[in-house]
Amino acid sequence: MSKAGDKSWIGRSVERIEDLTLLAGRGRYIDDIGVPPGTLHAAILRSPHAHAEIRAINTEAARRARGVVAIITAAEVAKLSASLVVGVKAPIECWPIAVGRVRHVGEPVAVVVAGDRYLAEDALELIEVDYAPLPAIVDPLAALDPQLPPLHEGLSSNIASDRSFRYGDPQREFAEAARKVSVSIRYPRNSCTPIETYGIVAVYDPAEDAYDVLANFPGPFSLHPVMARALKVPGNRLRLRTPPDSGGSFGIKQGVFPYVVLMGVAARVAGRPVKWVEDRLEHLCASVSATNRVTKLEAAVDADGRVRALSFDQIEDVGAHIRAPEPATLYRMHGNLTGAYDIRHVAVRNRVVLTNKTPTGLNRGFGGPQMYYALERLMQRVAVELKLDPIDVIRCNLVPTNAFPYQTASGALLDSGDYTRALDVALADGGFAELKKRRDAARAQGRIYGIGCTAVVEPSVSNMGYITTVLTAEERRRAGAKNGAQATATVAFDPLGAVSVHTASAPQGQGHRTVLAQIVADAFGLAPNDIRTVSEIDTARDAWSIASGNYSSRFAAAVGGAAHLAAMRLKEKLARTAAAQLNVPPAEIEFAGGRVHARGNPDNSISFARLAATSHWSPGVVADDDQALRETVFWTPPELSPPTEADEVNSSLCHGFIFDFCGVEVDRVTGAVRVDKYVTMHDCGRVLHPGMVAGQITGGFAQGIGAALYEEFAYSPDGAFLAGTFADYLLPTSTEVPVPVILHVETPSPFTPLGAKGVGEGNCMSTPVCLANAVTDALGLDAIDLPMTPAKLAAHIHPAEQAPNRARGLS
Amino acid sequence: MPRMSADANHRIRFKLNGRMVEADAEPRMLLTDFLRYNLAMTGTHVGCEHGVCGACTIEIDGVPARACLTLAVQADGADIRTIEGLAPAPGRLSVLQEAFRRHHALQCGFCTAGILLSLECYLRDNPSPDEATLRDYLGGHLCRCTGYVTIIAAALDAAERLRDANKDA
Ligand code: FES
Ligand code: FES
Repeated sequence: MSKAGDKSWIGRSVERIEDLTLLAGRGRYIDDIGVPPGTLHAAILRSPHAHAEIRAINTEAARRARGVVAIITAAEVAKLSASLVVGVKAPIECWPIAVGRVRHVGEPVAVVVAGDRYLAEDALELIEVDYAPLPAIVDPLAALDPQLPPLHEGLSSNIASDRSFRYGDPQREFAEAARKVSVSIRYPRNSCTPIETYGIVAVYDPAEDAYDVLANFPGPFSLHPVMARALKVPGNRLRLRTPPDSGGSFGIKQGVFPYVVLMGVAARVAGRPVKWVEDRLEHLCASVSATNRVTKLEAAVDADGRVRALSFDQIEDVGAHIRAPEPATLYRMHGNLTGAYDIRHVAVRNRVVLTNKTPTGLNRGFGGPQMYYALERLMQRVAVELKLDPIDVIRCNLVPTNAFPYQTASGALLDSGDYTRALDVALADGGFAELKKRRDAARAQGRIYGIGCTAVVEPSVSNMGYITTVLTAEERRRAGAKNGAQATATVAFDPLGAVSVHTASAPQGQGHRTVLAQIVADAFGLAPNDIRTVSEIDTARDAWSIASGNYSSRFAAAVGGAAHLAAMRLKEKLARTAAAQLNVPPAEIEFAGGRVHARGNPDNSISFARLAATSHWSPGVVADDDQALRETVFWTPPELSPPTEADEVNSSLCHGFIFDFCGVEVDRVTGAVRVDKYVTMHDCGRVLHPGMVAGQITGGFAQGIGAALYEEFAYSPDGAFLAGTFADYLLPTSTEVPVPVILHVETPSPFTPLGAKGVGEGNCMSTPVCLANAVTDALGLDAIDLPMTPAKLAAHIHPAEQAPNRARGLS
Repeated sequence: MPRMSADANHRIRFKLNGRMVEADAEPRMLLTDFLRYNLAMTGTHVGCEHGVCGACTIEIDGVPARACLTLAVQADGADIRTIEGLAPAPGRLSVLQEAFRRHHALQCGFCTAGILLSLECYLRDNPSPDEATLRDYLGGHLCRCTGYVTIIAAALDAAERLRDANKDA
């Protein structure tokens, strides 16, 4: 590393602070941390049925089994806790364990707490559950049927929410448009499946009626009040802590929160600390899935491909329970439903349905994969049906460069961008012309080759109020307006003048500690190695808010910005103290190379450490306002206001831009897709650490490949779960993920302290549909749903053989 | 293997990262649990416990093996290396580990121990791998964070440096 101070650390791919520890096998993940003496271990009995009434549970034999200390069923949970609150106005309960009936395969039915995990699992086999199976609803369209009995007693049907929105005058535009183009999509269930599963150590203190829970929970900490209320304690009696390291999340680990309640109850019943680590089978069948969604999307289009209006009909399948923060998946994109396009008229109908599948929750891209699959398939259909070039259709609809900040029809404020330039740079630097030649050459040889492209606006830093768009304006008025996105950061000096940073960002492998060190080192003229950072959370001790945690790609934009602001506050104070000592105006004080000096006179200086320690040792020489020991900044962007009376919502603070194109070849015999070339252009504002940004893009891209080609949480028509192992739920490996070409343009966000935007989720939104556009181009298909497995594509290449007449005669 | 009694604990001795260790385990105990909970070697991770993800890969008698598919009693008498045995000294990293650091070949680090152990074994026997072979070989490991690109780059870089080091030696 070069000497501190000669240039900014921000923007450089410094080696990660985290890696020395992780590479040596010394990480401290949830299952690596010591537990209190006497800790017991839990195992969970889960439903084998998609839908059944629980007639009786007999735990007698299990209670007598070796090592068993306690068994928890719905009876104990209902007695000691309350239902988790749900996000829609409907009389539905949501328990962390099945109460009365099971509604999906894998739903917890009983918890055994024993001396070790082996003994707990032994005892599971001794529990007898008398189930009376009920018919299962698997298809979200079937769930619309008012004749089918509701899965939840409080509801009259399986539609938990039905809202319609209108922005501009879509009716008129559709009536006047030259053409209408539509797509019908069934987006499947999948998950970004972190390699580490959920884990919890729960302790209950009866003397203070307080819970202390360590969990690899990444936030959002808006779920803390949900957990505290379920455990029937005020928030200050649920101390939630996270371990220093977490083995990936991609949103999924948000779903550990019902188990925090369940294990809290288990610890209370057992009278001892309880540890539970989820196994992979549990994780795949019952942790969190992304929503599957049925979308009909229609466009009113001019003859030249200009889209005048959109009409969405989205049916969101949240599974067996509406678990907080759902139905957020459906509303996260609400402000940016028009994607990268200047479309002023939008009609939306959003329905949320319940089915006998795993409850849904956060999953990288969160609502983006589903929404953009429809929107970007539609844009390709516009081109095909109007016989236009898909690139031209995208280009003529892009938000114009001079329009930023641009308010979308449904209320998002697109902060910055130059979409047209990004598109042009991508086409030129990514080699689009050559790719077309490659396609033509392949086709000339009789190969099945196609090109796809897609444009996406990637939202980041969620408005904590966007979810309330599911409520009517009247309901929102009664509930009180929700908004904002509080980020927190604390910077402190110790008596030796060393700098510590804390943020409530709970990283899951993204390298937050390194970036925080870069940001704060820059402020003080130090090196990243001089800064010690802590980014795990302890709700009893740390500064945090409901928006804390690691989700909606908020770190670089919001948390990093808050750390910068906290450091700058301290820096101003130090500068004034130094000015007094060095006899120059504060404006002439500079911080560089570990020293603080007068501009133009490096000899007139004081060591940074000595200056930073002054308020500890000699507060008397520091002005009252300039005491510099510890500074905590809470930062929330004013742009994130609550939804308006007209249901417009600025659902996210930042909006990055992505333009992808790719070339794929489909094997004529097997139907397998080979990604021949993939180019992904990003504008994520100011790049803080290029290596990490590339890592986020490549990782998201690989998950996009998985969602496009391999992954599906498949269910049989009777609700049986068909993807219970990694041999059934196929993740892409190093042989399937090609190297993407990554390109950047930078238009800094005017709304964030450092100009950065989120970049973690974009390729989960863009890559699946980009590949689908290429595959449909290759095969000349009007429509295709994911995953595009070889069997599915082979059926298009080799149409089913005519059934012989004899067969018909036999039936 | 001697007959085991299901309920009894058995004394297990093996060489772990160059040092003899011994502890008791039930016959059904997995080697992953034994390493992690009985010997406090928590660097070996468990991602699936059914042999697909590769996170638990360790080196047993010179070859990579899935610790989650191995019983602790099977390790008796073996020579085992885990992630904790790769670095030449505390605070220092092996050539391969260094390459991972330089190339940002890890994010959460949960899959990393298994991948490092596999690659250590592989590069020992195959000092000059090409990218396609490496990709094929690493197909037995799931990483959900990186998209593999930087892992492959780090492995190729490490292979080259190891070759150079051997040439100089
Ligand atoms: S934990 Fe052993 S292969 Fe996954
Ligand atoms: S680095 Fe997270 S799974 Fe590989």
